Formats: sequence, C-alpha cells, structure tokens
Amino acid sequence: MKELTYHRATDAAEAVALVAADSDARFLGGGTNLVDHLKLGVARPGTLVDVSRLPLDAVEELPDGGLRIGAAVRNSDLAAHPVVRRGFPAVARALLAGASGQIRHQATTAGNLLQRTRCVYFQDVTTPCNKREPGSGCSALGGYGRYNAVLGASEACVATHPSDLAVALTALDAVAVVLGPDGERRIPLTELHRLPGHHPERDTVLDHGDLVTAVELPGSAVAPASTYAKARDRASYAFALVSVAAAVDLDGDVVRDVRLAWGGVAHRPWRAYVAEEALRGAVLTEETAREAAAAELAAATTTDQTAYKVAMVRNLTAHTLLRLAGGAR
Amino acid sequence: MDADIALIVDGERRAVTVDTRTTLLDALRERLGATQPKKGCDHGQCGSCTVLLDGRRHLTCLALAVAHDGAEIVTAGGLGGPGGPGSLGSPDGALHPVQQAFLDHDGFQCGYCTPGQVCSAVGVLDELRAGHPSLVTEDLAAEDPTGSDDEIRERMSGNLCRCGAYAGILAAVRQAGTQEARA
Amino acid sequence: MSADIVTQLVPDVVDARAMGRHLDRQDGVEKVTGAATYAVEHPVEGEVLHAWLVTSTTARGRVLRVDASDALDHPGVLRVLDHESAPRLADTEDRELTVLQDDRIAFRGQIVALVVATSSEAAREGALLVRVHQDEEPAEVVFDEHSATYAPEEVNAGAETDTEVGDPDAAFASAPVVIDATYVTPHEFNSPMEPHAATATWDGALLTLHDSTQAVHAVRTTLAPVLGLAPEQVRVLAPYVGGGFGSKGLPHAPEVAVALAALALPGRPVRLAVTRQQMFALTGYRTATRSRVRLGAEPDGTLLVVRHDASSQTSRIKEFAEQSATAARMMYAAPHRATTHRVAALDVPVPSWMRAPGEMPGMHAQEVALDELAVAAGIDPIDLRERNEPEVDPESGRPFNGRRLVECLRVGADRFGWSGRPAEARARAEGDWWVGTGVASATYPMLFSPGNTARIRSLGEGRYGVDVGAVDLGTGARTVLVQIAADALQVAPDCIDLAIGDTDLPFATVAGGSSGTSSWGSAIAAAAQQFRHDHGSSPDPGLHTTAASGAYADTEGHAMHSFGAVFAEARVHRWTGEVRVSRLHGVYSVGRVINPMTARSQLLGALTMGLSAALHEEGWRDPRTGHVVTQDLATYHVAAHADVRDLQAEWLEEEDHLATPMGSRGIGEIGIVGTSAAIANATFHATGVRVRSLPLTADHFLDA
Repeated sequence: MKELTYHRATDAAEAVALVAADSDARFLGGGTNLVDHLKLGVARPGTLVDVSRLPLDAVEELPDGGLRIGAAVRNSDLAAHPVVRRGFPAVARALLAGASGQIRHQATTAGNLLQRTRCVYFQDVTTPCNKREPGSGCSALGGYGRYNAVLGASEACVATHPSDLAVALTALDAVAVVLGPDGERRIPLTELHRLPGHHPERDTVLDHGDLVTAVELPGSAVAPASTYAKARDRASYAFALVSVAAAVDLDGDVVRDVRLAWGGVAHRPWRAYVAEEALRGAVLTEETAREAAAAELAAATTTDQTAYKVAMVRNLTAHTLLRLAGGAR
Repeated sequence: MDADIALIVDGERRAVTVDTRTTLLDALRERLGATQPKKGCDHGQCGSCTVLLDGRRHLTCLALAVAHDGAEIVTAGGLGGPGGPGSLGSPDGALHPVQQAFLDHDGFQCGYCTPGQVCSAVGVLDELRAGHPSLVTEDLAAEDPTGSDDEIRERMSGNLCRCGAYAGILAAVRQAGTQEARA
Repeated sequence: MSADIVTQLVPDVVDARAMGRHLDRQDGVEKVTGAATYAVEHPVEGEVLHAWLVTSTTARGRVLRVDASDALDHPGVLRVLDHESAPRLADTEDRELTVLQDDRIAFRGQIVALVVATSSEAAREGALLVRVHQDEEPAEVVFDEHSATYAPEEVNAGAETDTEVGDPDAAFASAPVVIDATYVTPHEFNSPMEPHAATATWDGALLTLHDSTQAVHAVRTTLAPVLGLAPEQVRVLAPYVGGGFGSKGLPHAPEVAVALAALALPGRPVRLAVTRQQMFALTGYRTATRSRVRLGAEPDGTLLVVRHDASSQTSRIKEFAEQSATAARMMYAAPHRATTHRVAALDVPVPSWMRAPGEMPGMHAQEVALDELAVAAGIDPIDLRERNEPEVDPESGRPFNGRRLVECLRVGADRFGWSGRPAEARARAEGDWWVGTGVASATYPMLFSPGNTARIRSLGEGRYGVDVGAVDLGTGARTVLVQIAADALQVAPDCIDLAIGDTDLPFATVAGGSSGTSSWGSAIAAAAQQFRHDHGSSPDPGLHTTAASGAYADTEGHAMHSFGAVFAEARVHRWTGEVRVSRLHGVYSVGRVINPMTARSQLLGALTMGLSAALHEEGWRDPRTGHVVTQDLATYHVAAHADVRDLQAEWLEEEDHLATPMGSRGIGEIGIVGTSAAIANATFHATGVRVRSLPLTADHFLDA
C-alpha cells in the first residue's frame, strides 16, 4: 500500500473536484473492495477522498412509486427497507444474497455497483492481467476459468462482474445519478457497465472524478413480482456461478411483461433482451422459458471450464420464472 | 503519513496515532494492543476480525482506521467477562449471554474465530429483533423474521470456523436468542 | 528442575473418575472473551518489528538479483534479507527449511526475500517494492494420469510402499463381479483460521519463538540444528494455537525466516504473520491423489480380491508420500490383495500432513468403490460391508483390538433411519431436490508416540502442578489432560494446575495423528504413578517427579485401529445441480471418550471438514505456472455455516486397555475419514450420477 493522503469530503461537489483534479486520487466509500485492493496492490492511489460520510444515505420514495436510493445507503439498510422488501423484492434478495451480514453493513449502494471482478488473476499482482495492467495479457484465458464469462467476452478479458445488486437493478431499469466535474447526468444501469472489448481496464462508462450519488428505481408494474436467484459453490458467502434477476407480469399464463438479467455470465450484468422478447406474449412454461434463455445464449462462447454455465443459467432462468408464476418468492 | 484519531474501544476512549494506511484491525491489534479481533484472512473473507462498530457487526480488516475516527468499537472483550472492562451490560464482569451460550454448547475449538463469532452473534440477534430479513426469509414483507435454525445459519455465514464448530455455534445463538426473547 | 532424573515406566491402567465425564473447557472463558493470545499477540519487550515475506513468481529457476533499493527507501523499512545477505544456516539438508541460503528457486511461492520494518504497513509495502529478478527454467508442475512416478522407499507414517497377498491378477481374471475405477481428490489446504505466524526474539544467547505450532518441542529440535544453535538456545511457546489440522505439525520455511530476521536484528522482537495467500505455497497441503481401486467379488458381494494403486505428487526438494492405500490393507476380508504407492516429483511446494493423511483420500476412493460394488451386485451397502468383515487383520493375521465396525454401521443405520431406503438411485424427490442417502466406513490407526515425558509437582494442600510440553490447538488437550492427571493422581480435576505449550516443560510429541492424548496422557499416568511411589499420597509442597512413558500399547500383538460409520443425506437441486448435505451422522468406536463435550466437538468438526472436502475444497494449480491461484478464502472455499445442517456424532461405550492406560485411542482424525465418500454415495443415490472426483460441485449434476 502506497503512502496515502486522506481527505474527508464535506460535500459531493468538493469530492468530485478533488478527485477530478488528481489522477492519483480515488473515492473511498464503504471500503470493502477498495481497502482489499489497497492491500493486494491492485489499487495504488496516492490520495483517498472519503465520501462515506456525505449526506447521501437516504432512501426516498418517488411520485411514480419508484425509489431514489442515496449512494451511501448501506446494503443491509437498503435490503431491510420496507418499500424495497415489498415493492422491489429482487433488489432485497440480490442484496441479501451478496457477501455477509457484516459486509452488507459496510458496503454502500454505489460501491456495490462499482466493485471490481473477483477474477483470481486480477486480484494477484504477480500475474498478467489486462484489466489491472493493460497490455500485460489475460491469464484467465487458458487458466482458471470456472468463473469466467460466457457472453460478451473479448480476447483481452473474460472476467465477470461480481455484483448481485447490479443484476437486479439492471433487470428493473434503474438509473445511476452521476455527478461529474461538468455537472450531473443520468446513466441507465444497462449502460453503466461495459463489455471488455479492447479496454477491460474500464469496467464502466464513468470517467475519473465521476461520483455516483444516487440510484433511481422507477415505479414499475412488474417489480413487486420480481426475485433474484443465485447458484454458487457454497450455500452462503460466495460469489455467483450464475444468477438470475427476474420480474414477470402474467395475464393468466401468458406473459404480459417480463424483465430478465443475468449475473456471473459477462463483464457486466447481462440484460437478457432476446429472452425477454421471446417470452413477451408467450405462454409461460418450462419449455418456453428454457427456449427463451437458449435464444439469449445462442451467442455464448464456452470452454471446458465454463460450459456448465450455459445449462445452469438456462435452467435457473426457467426455474425462477416458473416460481414467480407460481406465486412463491 | 500519520494521523491522530480517537476510538472508543470497549468503553474506553483511546487516542492513537495511525498511518493513514492502517486498517481498523491493525490499529486495534498492533497499536492499541486490543487483540480480541483476529486476523484470519485480512481480506473480508473469514469474519474473524468482526467487532460491533457503532452498534453493528463490522469487519475491521476492510476498514481504514483514519476513516473511522470517533467510532465506538466493542470487541468480544468488551461484551463481558473478566478480561473486559465489564462496563457494557455486565457491570460485575459476568459473561455476556452469548459468550455463556458459546461455553454451554462448546461453540468453538481453537478459539481463533470465536471473538468474531461472538460479536457477529450479538449483531445477528439485534438484527433479528429489528426485523431485518435474510436471504432465507420466505416472506420478505413480514417484518418479524423468526430466529429459525436456517435463519441463524444463513446470518452467521460470514464467520468461517475451520474447526467446524458450527453445530455448537448454532445451538449457542439459538439459546441466547431464546433468552433474549424471554427477557 | 531441568536436572530432574527421568524415570521411564509403562504405567498401569488409570481408573476413571473424572475421565468420561464432563469438564468445562479449561480455556473457554479466555477464548469467548478474546483474552487468549496467539502467536503474534503476545506482549513483547521493546519495539516490535514486522517482517513480510517476498516470494518467487517462477516455479523453477534462479534468483539473479534482489533489488531492494526502492524498498529500503520506503519509510519504516529497516532491512531486506535475501539469499546473499541473510544469516547462514548451519544445516541445509532439509531443503524446505533452507531459506535464503542460495539462489535456487524450487517452486512458485518460495521465500526469496524478507522485509523487516517498524510497522506492518511499511513491511507490506516494502515487500511489494522489492524487485526480484528471476531466471526461469522449464518446470514440471502438473500431476495427472500422465505424470512420471516412482516408488518411494516408504510412505508417510513409515508404512510400506507396496504389499501383496495371494495372486491378485488371477483372482481378477476369475472374479464374477469386478469394479475398476479411478478416483481423484484435489489439492486440499489445511487453512486453519489462525495463519501460520511467529514472534521471534534473539538476545544473543536464546532464541525465543512464540509460534503457531502443534509441537513446540519438534520446532525446537528441528530448528536448533538448522540455525546452528543448541536445543537449549531455542525456547518455543505456543499457549494458544488457532487450529492446524496437520499443517502446523512440523516447522515450515516461515519459522526459519522469522528466526533469520531475529538473528539479523538481535535484541529486537520480530513478528511474521504469513499472509493467507502465502500459506498456499509455504505451509503444507494435502496433495492431490489418484486412486485406481479394483474390487473382484462373488455375485453376492463377497470380496475375492482388493487392489488399490495410489499415486500423488511430491516436491523435488523433499519427499512426502501420502499413504492413501494403507487402509485397503486392513479394511475388508479378501484372500487376494495388492496395494501400491507411487509419487510424482514436481517443481511444487512440499506436501505435508492434513487431517488423516492417507486415510482421508484413500478411504474416499475405497468407500465409493464399495458403493459401486453394492450397486453392481444389487446388495445393500451395509450388508456388503458386513459380509466382508475380517476376523483378523487381513495382511498380518493379527487379531484386532476390538473391531466394532459392524456395530457402528448397525447402530448408525438405526439412528439415521436407513431401513426402507430405496435400492434404486434417483427414487426420491422433494420439491426441487433429488434426495438420496449414502454410507461409508471410517477407520484410523491407533498411534502412540514414544518419548513423552511429564512432571508432577506437589503444590501443597492437595494441589498438583502437571507439566508437559504438549499443545492444545483447539482439540481440548488442555481439558482432557487435566482429567487424566486428576485420575492418575486420584484427586479432583480442580486440584490440577496444568502447564502446556512451552519447551521449558518436559518433552512431548506432536499434537497430530490422533496420538496426542494417548501419548501425553500415558506420560502423565507414568509420572503420577512414579510420583506416588516416590512421595506418597500426602507430599510436601515442592516435591516433584518426572517420568516418561514406555510403550504401553500392544501393537505387536494386535492390529490397533478405531472404526466408524458415516451416514449422509444429500440433496441435489434439480435445476442447478447444487448439492446440500441435509443430514450427516457418524457413529464411532474410538476407545474411551475422556471428555464427551470436547470429543463431540472433535468428531463434529472433522465431519464438517469432510463435508467441506466433499462439496467445496479444491486448490487449483495453474498448469502454466505451478501457482495455486485459488489462494484465499473467497476462492478456496471451506464450508460456511449455511453448508452444515443436521450434524450428529456419537460413539459406542468402550474402554480399550490394550491401547492406553486411559482406555482411549484418539479421536482427532477419524471423523474426516469416509465422510466425503458417504456424501458422494448419497449424491449418486439421489441422482444416479456417479462422480469419481472431488469436490462434488454443481456442474457435475446439471444434466441429472
């Protein structure tokens, strides 16, 4: 860990100005990912601008039935919020599926979205990694691949995005509110995270100095009938092998509307638009659900180590939709 | 770069000079001699460093001390027992009900994860009382999740125990929760 | 008192009064309050220094140059030791312990430099700033079916490499039913919650080492000659140890490294905490194993021939041969039998002990193979095992010291609710889960380590000090030794002041191989007996006696083993293939249980570790670099609380006075033996999918 200058920001604009002006500066929120990276040598900033005490910790109800969630709202508080539990169960379940009780008390809403891949090579500075050190090569290609991406990967990077929350927010059309040096802008969650392409070092479309100040969840007819399911190597306290955020609005057994997003399969939360389109207007059965997922997965690229993900996310998608249709969870 | 901060540790205000890089865990262990929180992984993957920070269970390895200036920290030593100041719920130095339950059910072997388990269990019971849901809570909208075995197992899963004392830990948390409910 | 005359005697049977009853864990309050202090937590005199290891990034080659200039420029960094600047060791025969003495790199993750600084923050950053220029040579790091292997002279625990009885080849040729399959277990890592760590201080005459070890005396006797010191110049203390499960049974390279740092900076206490990541290369592991198991049987399942050919990897710098096939020599009756062990020497870290080395991977293979035979022959798995129960040890012909395997199986079947189990696989579904049950046998040899010594001191008023250089790494030794001492002196447990965990105390062997209680307890029994002989029943304060226990157990006359049966109920998710173990129940025959509470915790803990191996654990060594990339607790999964559900352990009432004066046999390992096999067999029963490798991850069952 390099020697650090620590600055506690008094307001968001000051924080943005400080970081934007210093390429060696970083925002510090809950710290659950950044402090880890400081110790590993993955992140080596010279200055930390602490935004964890900024007044960004409120959850406000919006007129359309949606929510505005402050960037510093802790994961546990958001999961326990009565409106989230009742109106956006996929969000609550995604939060509760992530990390541990302790970490959920520490981790913030924005930090959760901006956490970085858990690819073992990214986290190990003794190995080449294009995301950590552009141009050094990708060790995960031909290396340990159990958690690698099967959709949208590139020759430069096969990492997956680790957030559970981001998958649920992506499914429910959330929007990130971002304060940058030039003022505020709004970025749909579906556009916040990138595919790796030639620049895996960039996880998101944010620029240096951009601070996520809030996340807005629009009011939605499907959100109350949403859920999040996660398959993993341990029953708890493990990252997803694959995960599914789903919301469905049924007319009898015909799908009136549906939202689907996947975790653990790509460099970003994967909104399954193809599958949604295939399902809209269809009778929801195990078969139609599997077929819809398979259509989305037609573009999947797998190895011996990742082939299972295709079947697993297809099955989990069908299972999750059928459970929603059955009224459970 | 050094910074002067103050922490309230087990009821006692402690001024300490830390490196800005010093984690809360290292500030406690290496600078204040409070070795109740343990370093099992140093990366938020085991839970051994858990304390109660401003009343909630918290990992100290994934926190910079300088960012927590003024925080109130309770370690397993501050919950009760002769080793602690006994100022927090046990004026006579008696063990906290959670600590006693861990003894009653042998919820540990080597003892290294134990202070973290104990603090986490205290936090879990608080969270249950506050109605916080967990992943295994069937009805998210219900505001009083039960302290079922499955709930306890899920909520305690951030604290690894390689000795494999989970069966005893479960029984201990169950006992302490039942006592709390009666009290 | 170091000039004590040590009497050696074989103690008489100790009458049980405290033994077999509850006694509070003697260090429980310290542990639940966090007051117990571990290796880098002891207050030391003077300003403590922090050491950080720098490790190699190549698997084989040479260190060309260690550039420490940036590190030394970093504020707080005092010293960087490398192979040229580190103090010289006196004995470099053990290559694992030959730290910073030459430029050879023998595996990825080897210590190539050591940073000493005034704070841990500076030490960590200093280590990152050290640039180690390495010349990389082609390395062999992959252990698989193609690996070139050789036959070691002997295997771990001194067992024979190969054995053969009868004519196995001919027996296979004529056997009506034959099972022939290869079972694979992965690299597994002990991963105690307290990382390996030590504080060392060299005052010019004495090296004091607060170590996280299972054997203070073994650390002293191993390190002293390496460091060129007399044993008396090394004092090792380990009052509390945060688990070990074998990895702390012998000193590893980090202990040498911290000693070198202390020698280089006399008068300054130096702390070294191995990082969790570094442990995956430096502190031992259970090698991956491959077991080809062949069983030939009559149509009714009666075994005609058993063959177990086991292979594993070892390091080119030091041999460790996992004795995976030894259990096949004594488990089941068969007129023809062969067992072999082969190892592949690779450019990898040295494998070492991990809970039940040999039995754990070997019995996994054999007990899954037996399940395959039960299916092939259409016989209940318990009946199959009973049918092949030997009357005497099949290889040696010696009688067993009371073999109660069948009782364990029958009692367990009753408790678990085995009867009514569908014979067919994939016969039971509950909701989204396929549900199945499985069984496996467990065994572990009764081991006794000679040479243990204990001292009894009269403290007056009926109180006694009991000194033995043993270690409690969570097993409950501190508690059960009090019970043993109380009974041996015929006083109440609260009259005993036990001291352990210090080389200033009489010699004791490792807390390992389920031998600690047997070996130390026998020494305490011997010392108590001699003390009463010397000083009578009302001794004056200050009187003391030191005695060593001669070999008590009749290992020549009997085949001495413990046995058990493990029952598992597994649930396999129909959609994702995820596996949950909803019930796990073990029944054991282990001699007398000295403390029911700590014994239950030992057995439950080992069952949990077996479950963890069954479902989660796999160290993934990158074939390109020899680097275990799953090098932390987020990527090397061990069971979390939610993975462990209904878990039960019980034992048959017994006392084994052929084994020890206490009637006990040792309980630390047996709970992990067979557990993964029972779970694997249950997943087969649930799904019809036979998985012959560990761990039993979801992807294996996706198409089920």
